[in-house]
Amino acid sequence: MSFDVDALRSQFPILDRTVHGKPLHYLDNSATAQIPNAVLDAVERHEIAHRANVLRGIHYLAEAATEAYENARLDVARFINAADASEVVFTSGTTSAINLVAHSFGQGLKPGDEIVISMLEHHSNIVPWQLLRQRSGIVLKVIPATTDGRLDLDKLDDVITDKCKLVAVTHVSNVTGADTEIYRIVEAAKAVGAKVLIDGAQRVPHGPIDVQALGVDFYAFSGHKMYAPNGIGILWAHRELLDALPPFMGGGEMIRTVTLEDTIFAEPPHKFEAGTPPIAQAVGLGAATRWLTEVDTPEATLHVAKLAEQTLSGLADIADGRIRIIGPQGTQSRLPVISFTVDGIHPHDVCQILDSHGVALRGGHHCAQPLMDFFDVTGTTRASLTFYNNQADVDALLNGLDAAIKKLT
Amino acid sequence: MYQDEIVTLAKSKTGAQRLENPDATVTLDNPLCGDRVTLDVNVADGKIMAVGHRVRGCMLCEASASLVARDAIGTDTDSIAPARDKLEALLKKGAEVSGDDPWSTVTTFGPVAEFKSRHECVLLPFEALGKAVEQAEDKD
Repeated sequence: MSFDVDALRSQFPILDRTVHGKPLHYLDNSATAQIPNAVLDAVERHEIAHRANVLRGIHYLAEAATEAYENARLDVARFINAADASEVVFTSGTTSAINLVAHSFGQGLKPGDEIVISMLEHHSNIVPWQLLRQRSGIVLKVIPATTDGRLDLDKLDDVITDKCKLVAVTHVSNVTGADTEIYRIVEAAKAVGAKVLIDGAQRVPHGPIDVQALGVDFYAFSGHKMYAPNGIGILWAHRELLDALPPFMGGGEMIRTVTLEDTIFAEPPHKFEAGTPPIAQAVGLGAATRWLTEVDTPEATLHVAKLAEQTLSGLADIADGRIRIIGPQGTQSRLPVISFTVDGIHPHDVCQILDSHGVALRGGHHCAQPLMDFFDVTGTTRASLTFYNNQADVDALLNGLDAAIKKLT
Repeated sequence: MYQDEIVTLAKSKTGAQRLENPDATVTLDNPLCGDRVTLDVNVADGKIMAVGHRVRGCMLCEASASLVARDAIGTDTDSIAPARDKLEALLKKGAEVSGDDPWSTVTTFGPVAEFKSRHECVLLPFEALGKAVEQAEDKD
């Protein structure tokens, strides 16, 4: 059965709009993906029928809201194949999930302990560890990148030593699209007794994952990149690990009892969910996981892989080699996140001209300045594709790019 | 936005070389987009004598730096802050700039006004010049 991209697109009302009088070609999915009707409807239904605070109320709406919130946790647990829903902590996004680990896990570290990140990380998986280094005197080490924008896994043994307590790396680079061989990270980390945290923000929009099969200890991701609302994200960790970690933030919802002298904390995951959580957003994320599980078919994956291949091939044919792909040159072991530079033209100028053609791209450092320095570029232009993109999107990108280069040179 | 005048200014790369003995040098970054302007200035008797710059940025930033280098020479040092404010008012409020005003050439960037995310690209060289002049005069 062939994949019907038009049927899928019809589920996204925003894809029908125009921008600057042109049809919208949305290729900024790595920043934020659009929301399908199934998610919009779930959020609206919740807010209309069940809006209330969760966990403490005993009235009908409070119980309904709590049930919806916890059902969303079950949805997420199924989506990532968690052993138990209590391993799924709602956060405000990937950044807050990583900061949670940096604080709670970091609290148990001592000066000289090592944390390993990589050259490919988003700032959200760099800065929290630099802040921890300031607080605790830990040593931060970096897995280098290869010239085609992957983790240089041949250097793992040089970087991961007996002092390493945590390896925190991206599942898929938000710049190069490279897909990390997680099992090699896990193997190297486990050999020295270190934990593994994976930033999955760019991976989860492309379908369900299996955290148990990955063998990692922490997995973080955001809702808004996987067709859910803003302001919701996930930290998954093994239950025994969550049991052992101290809470990050204190407040309501995360306690069992409080006296003026002391507090007994709630069990995970609520121990890590201080304050009123983003309830409707969680409901939306639950709906997004169900929607995405249905969409994730071999045909859909093949569809977007073909578009990525056409994009890479089209870029190679434009402007006599003035375009440099920042990342893997082919489609193997990568997702459709494609960064490039155009010789002599700044990414923001490329993006501005493409915007006038209705093509939404991202230009700049993509919150990955160390990687920009590694490639010796100030920034890149990035086209990030997903299941609802179509041939017209790729054509508009390539035609617009051709026009931009003619205009600006 | 990329009208011929802006494109021509950017391509002219006017003043796009560092001064050998600047009275002051300022480097400013735009954290939003990573644009970076390094600007040298020489001043004497309350006037700007020379401007040199290196821009790592977009075409708008390059065009603005070229305009600064082209039009600053011989102007009073105390005209730079008002020029920057005039440009900001043009971009953010659509303020009119009369032809009699010193620095009326900032009207070149009028087409950028509707693109809020790009205002800082144009303002950055003016801010660098303002700070450089300030530092040069503090030395005296």
